[in-house]
Amino acid sequence: MTTVIVIAIYLGLLLGLALFSKTLFRGTSKDYFVASHSIGPFMLLMSVFGTTMTAFALVGSTGKAFSSGIGTYGLMASSSGLIHAACFLLIGIKLWAIGKRYGYVTQIQYFRARFESSKFGYLLFPILVLLVVPYLLIGVVGAAKTIEGVTKAKGPNPGVFPEWTANGAIPPWFTGLVICIVVLTYIFAGGSRAAAWANTFQTIVFMVMGVLAFYLISDKLGGVGAAIEQAKDTHKVRTVDGHVGVPPMTFLTYMFIPLSVGMFPHLFQHWLTAKSAKSFKLTVVAHPICIAIVWVPCVLIGIWATGQLPAGTNPAIVLSITVSKLISDPIIVGLVMAGILAAIMSSLDSQFLCLGTMFTNDIVLHNSKKKFTDRQIILMARGFIVLIVLLIYLIALYELSKEKQYIFSLAVWSFSGFAALTPLIIAALYWKRATLTGAYACVISVFVSWITFFAMSGFGGEYLLPGKIVPAAAMWFIGATAMIVGSLLSPPPSEKTLNKFFG
Amino acid sequence: MNKPVILIIFLVLVVLHQDFWNWDNASLVFGFMPVGLFYHACYSLVAALFWGLVMKFAWPTELEEWAEGNSNDEEGAE
Repeated sequence: MTTVIVIAIYLGLLLGLALFSKTLFRGTSKDYFVASHSIGPFMLLMSVFGTTMTAFALVGSTGKAFSSGIGTYGLMASSSGLIHAACFLLIGIKLWAIGKRYGYVTQIQYFRARFESSKFGYLLFPILVLLVVPYLLIGVVGAAKTIEGVTKAKGPNPGVFPEWTANGAIPPWFTGLVICIVVLTYIFAGGSRAAAWANTFQTIVFMVMGVLAFYLISDKLGGVGAAIEQAKDTHKVRTVDGHVGVPPMTFLTYMFIPLSVGMFPHLFQHWLTAKSAKSFKLTVVAHPICIAIVWVPCVLIGIWATGQLPAGTNPAIVLSITVSKLISDPIIVGLVMAGILAAIMSSLDSQFLCLGTMFTNDIVLHNSKKKFTDRQIILMARGFIVLIVLLIYLIALYELSKEKQYIFSLAVWSFSGFAALTPLIIAALYWKRATLTGAYACVISVFVSWITFFAMSGFGGEYLLPGKIVPAAAMWFIGATAMIVGSLLSPPPSEKTLNKFFG
Repeated sequence: MNKPVILIIFLVLVVLHQDFWNWDNASLVFGFMPVGLFYHACYSLVAALFWGLVMKFAWPTELEEWAEGNSNDEEGAE
């Protein structure tokens, strides 16, 4: 029960911070959507890093290391240190500059102007929403499974609420509901600015708690040396023969997946909150280090867990089971759980907010003859966010009803779709000859290939193409080829557009 | 540091990421860290150093000036 009280206090603190950030809210739609371009370097780093690290980073990386060994770090963490920063520098700063100069608050506004087409936005909007859905799902599912793992009965010890559920755990539907309501509350309070404040607080919390969990678990296992000795040897190398390992071609082609940050709509919105281009400097440099601080402990905990838990353990609960099994102090368990929830909610808020922003600006306000007040615009964004949260919650309930949940692979499907769309943004920003036809060809070919591969994976499982190539790499080349061929076969953009974006 | 140099270093880092020489090495660094994991943790620090140098020597100053400039073009927010 003490653990649950600690988590409740944390959620209360978060809501208190949201109320504080509301006092800074200027009441305009621009402040709600992009915080009036006022976020400085540290908060930009914390909010961008917090947004990219979700259940995938803490719960997913531990579970993946438990099933696939040390290769987990190289697959996503070290490659992200190189690729994410490149995207921030080459795509993020340029989009910030364009957004600031022309007043865009969503990606679609930019693409519509760059490709001189209103209809293109109507194609892109549902695809971006669809790709965000798995990303949102892993947040709600990850939080629900984590709390369930900690609060359920273990051996002779009853669960926290033995009269409520059969295993005494807080039911996943309840955790999912609470998480959604808390995130909704602070987004409603102050939009983008509240999300930036909450993300900064939550990112600090989950980084500190991750390191704390690492120290306490290693201490309980007799120190880091003893902990690794108890782990399975199959998980300490990356070769496949006789080990869990990662095929070399899979490892190589996984480098395409971190490209996804170049097309995440919620990151676009975070970039636009920056006060100046210089605010990006700290984010670009510190991002790889922050990733290492979070991922190295999580991967090691996952490897240590191979010596503590049965091989068939659900990857989604490896972290929570390990923490609750090895750490006896309920206050510490509560703090670590709060850290995990912080990582999850710091992504959910940005994603929910960006979907509301896109719906309002790209669908309702676009081409609207009616003049809306700022209050009405914010109300519309909030209404759509509530609908999306409800939808995600219902899908999460379905996902939670399954025997096992694969947080890592579900996230990778979302990332793969966004990564495959990066030829669109790279061409739009750097290739004058890129045209609307090329853009249509790129988006449609990526969408068709993504749906095909996703279905072949059983809608969210791990799936590799012949030669052990990850689908993201193949889809990226399909998208890039379609972009190039489609553009070259159509007339170039108008001089006015070229002057506007390349002048 | 000009753009071709940055691109070459970037590509070298992509190759170094594959570290095929560590794949079947099960030895531990400092007695607790599998060498394959230790290498990639160091790789993250090298990546940060690389981007720090890029920030210092190849920062796009002109882009910030362009962003702050007045535009006569129609605003795209609607």
